[in-house]
Amino acid sequence: MKIFVCIKQVPGITEVRVNPKTNTLIREGIPSIMNPMDKNGIQLALDIKEKHGGEIIALSMGPPQAEEVLREALSMGADKAYLLSDSAFAGADTLATSHTLSLAIKKILSEGKEEEIYLVICGNEAIDGDTAQVGPELAEELGIPQITYVRKIEMSGEKITVERVFRPEEIVIIETSLPALVSLLREINVPKFPTMAGIVDAYEKKEVNYLDSKILNADKAKIGLTGSQTEVWKIFIPERKGEHIKLSGTIDEMNRELCQRLKEDKIF
Amino acid sequence: MDFKLTPKQEMIRKITREFAEEYIAPIAEESDQNSQLDPRVMEEMKRMGYFGTCIPQEFDGAGMDTLSFSIVTEEIGRIDASWSITTGVHASVCAFPIYRFGTDEQKQEFLPPLARGDRLGAFVLTEANAGSDAGGVETNAYLDGDEWVLNGSKIFATNGGLCKTLLCVTKTGQKGRRPELTIFIIDTDTPGYSVGVKEDKLGCRASNTSELVFQDVRVPTENVLGGIGQGFRLGMKILEYGRIQMAAQTVGLGQAAIEASIKYANERVQFGKPIGQFQGIQWKIADMGVEVECARLLTYKASWLCDNGLDYGLVGSMAKLKATEAAMQATHDAVQIHGAYGLMKAYAVERYFRDAKMAEIYEGTSEIQRMVIAQQLLRGGWQL
Repeated sequence: MKIFVCIKQVPGITEVRVNPKTNTLIREGIPSIMNPMDKNGIQLALDIKEKHGGEIIALSMGPPQAEEVLREALSMGADKAYLLSDSAFAGADTLATSHTLSLAIKKILSEGKEEEIYLVICGNEAIDGDTAQVGPELAEELGIPQITYVRKIEMSGEKITVERVFRPEEIVIIETSLPALVSLLREINVPKFPTMAGIVDAYEKKEVNYLDSKILNADKAKIGLTGSQTEVWKIFIPERKGEHIKLSGTIDEMNRELCQRLKEDKIF
Repeated sequence: MDFKLTPKQEMIRKITREFAEEYIAPIAEESDQNSQLDPRVMEEMKRMGYFGTCIPQEFDGAGMDTLSFSIVTEEIGRIDASWSITTGVHASVCAFPIYRFGTDEQKQEFLPPLARGDRLGAFVLTEANAGSDAGGVETNAYLDGDEWVLNGSKIFATNGGLCKTLLCVTKTGQKGRRPELTIFIIDTDTPGYSVGVKEDKLGCRASNTSELVFQDVRVPTENVLGGIGQGFRLGMKILEYGRIQMAAQTVGLGQAAIEASIKYANERVQFGKPIGQFQGIQWKIADMGVEVECARLLTYKASWLCDNGLDYGLVGSMAKLKATEAAMQATHDAVQIHGAYGLMKAYAVERYFRDAKMAEIYEGTSEIQRMVIAQQLLRGGWQL
């Protein structure tokens, strides 16, 4: 079994600064980190491998400096890592990104000696764009079942049973056969720190393989900026209006107080 | 000349910093007050391999170079000197010497449990009448059949009350006016071994410092490290290597003092502006930065020399001296910048100040470092 984990390098803070002239993120002086949910993804893959075996393959698309998050994934225990890096991939929206990722997964699968079952793990969303679209789109590209908002997963044979958070406090249990894609929530596990030997191995015994548009035989019309169906007009930080008030007590008490405050503020 | 760390070393720093900030920082004050190392931190450090940093992977270590080891020690020392001295001493002056000077059998037997952290290690030299003067060691051993029988006591042993494997500098004879010293690898389960008083210290309070007592402790001849009578020569080499780690941990301590001072100087407002805008504070912060960076450069250079198979003894001593004095000055100034708050237990700089004073004394006082440095310089042992 191959366990693919998609990871993204993101800016290390939640409130980023935006250049008002170009509408792009100011990245100077901001450390890059592995998207936190993707760390949960690697941990999930490690837990599955420990119980059921398999090979963990970490994938990321980004500029060469994204190699750092793949090395971190290798340090945590991923077996292999692939970086999809090419200037032709730049400016990709979620659709072009998921298309490119699907090409890489198909290519890696085709290199195997025999047909293998596989599982694709994604974080539900990245903390920079927060779109939560790449996982579902990638499942569509691969033509496999997808389950989003996953908080628990059990595997038996070629089947997985997952708990999906449908609404707050409402869980749906879903079973599907592999191959499948899951996009998970942070509550699924607590990622462990890599070991020191794991870090040494990640740099001395393992490799990050680079894949470009030529190797992936990508159709230029489906990747990067030209393959993107959406265009970002403006990025801005919403202005903070008014105060954040937290109410406490029983639901009735809080209701009463809320109504009272809304009346006072002449909203009712 | 390339001052850039490798991506591997950067990752080691990043992960160790994240670990230390998440696991050690929240309980550092409490550990200091209770004089106890936190068992949850201990377990996680074992899992992450912090007890076997510089030991090859074939013996269950991480297989790191010395510079990476120094970065680990620096980052742990930046959060809590009690932990950096525990792991630093364990790995640099107990586990590593067994790897460096031990027989194949000794490596196979002692290294894996040390590297995994299942057994904590110590190196014991200091006695009531011997410390800076290693030749004054009175703990002695005589040969009885194929066993050595040890008697005596050691004091101020770092990790003493917790260790399971220790290297003990012992007098095994007399050669003219000089004592013949030998280092034994001792399993603390051996009958006759006991732990005496656990010391109540000024700083590094969570680290264990104890008195050790040997009463007819029988040690097989296979447990001699590096040969009978090699104790003085080996001991000096062991301490030479250990100094790099002592330097590294006080670089971390100095760094912590600077970071706390910068944060406070930018936040604390007096006379209508943050105190960092007053020249009196600025000069202190500038000096702290210069001194700690000097210490870091010396520490990294000593590590680099070691990694490249070059003689690192002199620069290692320079690093230990500079780093501990820089940390002392930096923590002193950090308390001053914090004013009365700096005197309070609620502020970490109070702990940093106490921990820094320890560092000027343990593992070779500043005076001993100056002696070692001067001896080498006067012999012409330093040429550019």
